[in-house]
Amino acid sequence: MPPESVDPVPLLTASRVTIVAGKGGVGKTTVTAVLARAAADAGQRVLAIELDGKPVLRELLGELPCQEISASKALTEYLSDHGFGRVAKRLSTSGVIDVVATAAPGIDDIVVLGKIKQLERSGEWDVIVVDGPAAGHAVTFLTSAAGLHDAVRGGPVRVQADEVLELLRDPTRSQVVLVTLPETTPVNEVIETAYALEDRVGVRLGPLVVNGVDRPARRVPRSYRVDDPEADVLAEAARFRRARLDLQEAEMARLRSTLPLEQWELPLLPVAGMAAGEVAELVATLRYAA
Amino acid sequence: MTKDHTLAPVLDGADVIVCCGSGGVGKTTTAAVIGLHAARTGRRAVVVTIDPARRLADALGLPDGLAAEPQRIDLAGGARADGSGELWAMMLDTATAFDALVRRNATNEEQAERILANTFYRNISGSLSGTQEYMAAETLHFLHDDERFDLVVVDTPPSRNALDFLEAPGVLARFLDHRLFKLLMLPARRGMRVVNVATQPLLRTIGKVVGSDVLADAVAFFQAFAGMEQGFRQRADVVMALLRSDATRYVVVASPHRDTVTEAAWFTEQLTAHGIHQVVGVANRVHPAFGPGTAAGARKQEAAADADGDSRRAALWCNIAELRALAESARDELEPFAELLGQPLVAVPLLSEDVHDIETLGEIRRWMFPE
Repeated sequence: MPPESVDPVPLLTASRVTIVAGKGGVGKTTVTAVLARAAADAGQRVLAIELDGKPVLRELLGELPCQEISASKALTEYLSDHGFGRVAKRLSTSGVIDVVATAAPGIDDIVVLGKIKQLERSGEWDVIVVDGPAAGHAVTFLTSAAGLHDAVRGGPVRVQADEVLELLRDPTRSQVVLVTLPETTPVNEVIETAYALEDRVGVRLGPLVVNGVDRPARRVPRSYRVDDPEADVLAEAARFRRARLDLQEAEMARLRSTLPLEQWELPLLPVAGMAAGEVAELVATLRYAA
Repeated sequence: MTKDHTLAPVLDGADVIVCCGSGGVGKTTTAAVIGLHAARTGRRAVVVTIDPARRLADALGLPDGLAAEPQRIDLAGGARADGSGELWAMMLDTATAFDALVRRNATNEEQAERILANTFYRNISGSLSGTQEYMAAETLHFLHDDERFDLVVVDTPPSRNALDFLEAPGVLARFLDHRLFKLLMLPARRGMRVVNVATQPLLRTIGKVVGSDVLADAVAFFQAFAGMEQGFRQRADVVMALLRSDATRYVVVASPHRDTVTEAAWFTEQLTAHGIHQVVGVANRVHPAFGPGTAAGARKQEAAADADGDSRRAALWCNIAELRALAESARDELEPFAELLGQPLVAVPLLSEDVHDIETLGEIRRWMFPE
């Protein structure tokens, strides 16, 4: 039976905020763009949020609204809202921020999540898709609220941390979509991340998106004996593809047996310089993992 | 893909090799392979990794994982016929490295203990942005001075901003040299026993936001740190100089994905802007093309085989067509990076199995350093 295509819209509208998380290189930004595009195509008011200040997401979204939230800007804003405006003149703002962020680690993540919470509460958007922080900061980012809740006993930061925790622990308000590749290291990492998020944050985990799944158009033969002047190359290529496919299947099976999450897959495509047009096409290729 | 480009010239006259690129491109593997090659050619190389990936430890034959101290790797049959080469490996532990740095710089044991026990210090060593990068640079310098080794290979932390590594020594020095630091220190220098948080408007404001207990830790830290700033600043200057020295080479790693190529290109430009021109590009996990033809050519063969009613041959050509299409898009994706460098990339193909032992590392070595 061919794998069934996924309608991601019910999932995306179940929680107002969807945070897409995954290690660098797994295609997190592409998945963010695909989910945002799918929801927009279904008539939802969609906002995409970009945290790393890289232009790629904006390019993939085309005309869809995208807002950048930078940790240092959000923290500066937060501090001036809380009485730092005048004192900051005596010192360079960045220096104050260095010290404050070090005195209370996670405060920069909290103000970013606080901004997301504001947008969620504004009622302007049906669906907010967040391209989560890169390079393995997802767990730190999402556990910052729990950490500060324990470390700070009172004051505005504690209030902010509590409100962010409420957002993260309410499945109607937020969920995390994890992204990985069907390879050993990315699978190990996503399993660790999933456990850490469940144990330490209590955020709802949505489906797991396996990106770059290789689905050959024709079954790769197990027997390579053919009458062809390039028979050697044909055999070498078939052996290579089969070995990669075996590795992929083993990793996807491991994911299924380790994480009780719905699995979606996006295909491995020969696309250089992906843009908004390709993202629109990718929406239709989203499948339940076979 | 051909094996005409080699990383070998990078090693000539190099004391330090820094591997950079975005996460997941194979920086750690690249660093390990460079170390392995150096050892096999008679160098005494130490590889420092930030990535705690279990697989690399396994690949190096370290069942207990990598340690925070350099461990000698057993290269079966000796590194070279005359046994001159050595390979060592260690994992960077930021907090341990920072503790060691504090102990080395403290004026006495009591000062070191006071700093190490401070909550604010624990936050700095654990999570001040740039600390991991700084400790990587600092460790690199420490190993560079260690006479056991004549080559240090390091992979950079997977930071949001790869350039943090180059700037981290300066950032930490600035942090410790900051006016706020001086402000906090002022009362202590005037002889007051305790900084009165409540009497300073700035401190009062910070305290209101983050909590006054948190702030008291910060004040205590800066007081405990008194007398060490100068040493830290000098050290930062020395580390900065090493990172910019002619004997330090940069290997920028990308894989055929747009975001890693963008990051690699951007990093290369930043290195150039810092006056560093000794940069070599590695393209890792490049899809192999299988044969000299194109994807379109393979599609024609597939159609011809179908016309002959030979479905097995058609399926085999279809397989090649799909693999070549991936190879062609990988080439297009990587081209801007090669153009920027003005030289071909050293290409390593996607292999049919993952790196899991010294043999698979050896196979990658044959691509990075063809005979």
